Amino acid sequence: MSLVTIKKLWKSYGDNVVLENINLEIKEGEFCTLVGPSGCGKTTFLKMLLGQESPSRGTFLLEGKAFPSEPGVERGIVFQRYSVFPHLSVLENVMLGIELEESKFFGRLFGKQRTRAKERAMDMLEAVGMADAAEKYPSALSGGMQQRLSIAQSLVKNPKILLLDEPFGALDPGIRADMHELILSLWRKNNLTIVMVTHDLHESFYLGTRLLVFDKVHTDARFPNAYGAQITYDIPVGKTQKALLEEIEQSIHEEIQ
Amino acid sequence: MKRLMNQKPSKLTALYLGLLPFVLIAILYLFASDARLAENPNDKLLPSLSSFVSAIDRMAFTPSARTGEILFIEDTRSSLERLGLGIFISAVLALLMAIPLGLIPYVRSGLSPFVAAFSMVPPMAVLPILFIVFGMGEMAKVALIVIGVTPLLVRDLQQRVLEIPEEQLIKAQTLGASSWTIVVRIILPQIMPRLLDGVRLTLGTAWIFLISAEAIAATDGLGYRIFLVRRYLSMDVILPYVVWITLFAFLFDYLLKKVTYKMYPWYAVNGGSK
Repeated sequence: MSLVTIKKLWKSYGDNVVLENINLEIKEGEFCTLVGPSGCGKTTFLKMLLGQESPSRGTFLLEGKAFPSEPGVERGIVFQRYSVFPHLSVLENVMLGIELEESKFFGRLFGKQRTRAKERAMDMLEAVGMADAAEKYPSALSGGMQQRLSIAQSLVKNPKILLLDEPFGALDPGIRADMHELILSLWRKNNLTIVMVTHDLHESFYLGTRLLVFDKVHTDARFPNAYGAQITYDIPVGKTQKALLEEIEQSIHEEIQ
Repeated sequence: MKRLMNQKPSKLTALYLGLLPFVLIAILYLFASDARLAENPNDKLLPSLSSFVSAIDRMAFTPSARTGEILFIEDTRSSLERLGLGIFISAVLALLMAIPLGLIPYVRSGLSPFVAAFSMVPPMAVLPILFIVFGMGEMAKVALIVIGVTPLLVRDLQQRVLEIPEEQLIKAQTLGASSWTIVVRIILPQIMPRLLDGVRLTLGTAWIFLISAEAIAATDGLGYRIFLVRRYLSMDVILPYVVWITLFAFLFDYLLKKVTYKMYPWYAVNGGSK
């Protein structure tokens, strides 16, 4: 059974159709990247996966059951910015997920439980190469380090699906390459299912197993909102040719101009 | 020669420049006072240094002939008690209201218009009501500070709660937080230093209400005293009291800032407060 099942899904705000007729199956262990011109609804789609938005019509299932309509532990998220907690140290940021799970009322652990949570969090920090920075506050970290922390924070919960919303968009190219290595190795080691939104087509060809391109098929100059985006390409990554990459790139760019 | 806007004073020069206005005003005062006293030795408006010394000695170091208490210390104690209690109650109320207002849409829809309307009521206009309801005792004065300061704090704090990025709140939910644990682990710790900042900024307002209430109905307090001696044109008492009040206002501001940064080290670097 697939992890995510989507059939004939539509999303519109009033007359403004954002997504039309989306059909998609995501299996466990897949690493999907979503690309498309800005305003094509890829972020809206991610928000639906996250539970921030709900679809207007269609079937939208997680493991055969309706998607929970609010964010929860089954889905992890890393945003482009602001997803770490400035008032907690790096270690406390990672511990938070464990503490919230084990202490439903205080959201805080003490004594032995706390020591155990600390150890688990340290292991996770070790895995993302941040053990040295455990005592620092996020404001003392670079952008790349903050994103590492945000990933570690989510992974501690073992989410069924990890959602990444342009997580590396604000980083320098060198740091971005490091982050690519990190996310690929975490994905392989922990057998994660990842859905990542990006605006960098090369990134999406390099990362993951599957590339999904969102784009509008029909356009009407008089009613630009009458038609929504569909999935125009759904291709396994690694088996594609350069010519196809260029074709997609062109189709996305035309849209922008 | 650099442009004027690019020239910066050294630390020492900056210190001297900072002191200069104080020294100038002191010198100006002394000259003016001398000139007036030369014309009329009984002038009350600009007393000489020696009358200040004797007034301070009378108020702050000699027990009152009537009650045996030192008036200056009694006044300070009652005023600070009222101010402290008023500010404390306001801060607690603000915290209890602002977090639900900022976080829970149902509370916001229900209470926001009321809070907005209530905060428009001029506190001084309801002072008579407070005196009627609470009598002339301490309650009325503390209540005036609470009524004057709480709406300001609530609105400021609610804004701070709304400023917490939505990304953080969603992230917390994906980490398994409930509305309640989001309040205690995410909102409250981030809002506390902002509350202290808010208190700092509303202290001036709190002093206004305190002194007004004391001026109208009290038997002691800094505000009571300066309005009492006004009848005798006792500038030699009023001016030291004003300086004393200003000193306290400055001290509270400074201490609150220090405490905030000490208790919440992450706050300072996040572009905390002014």
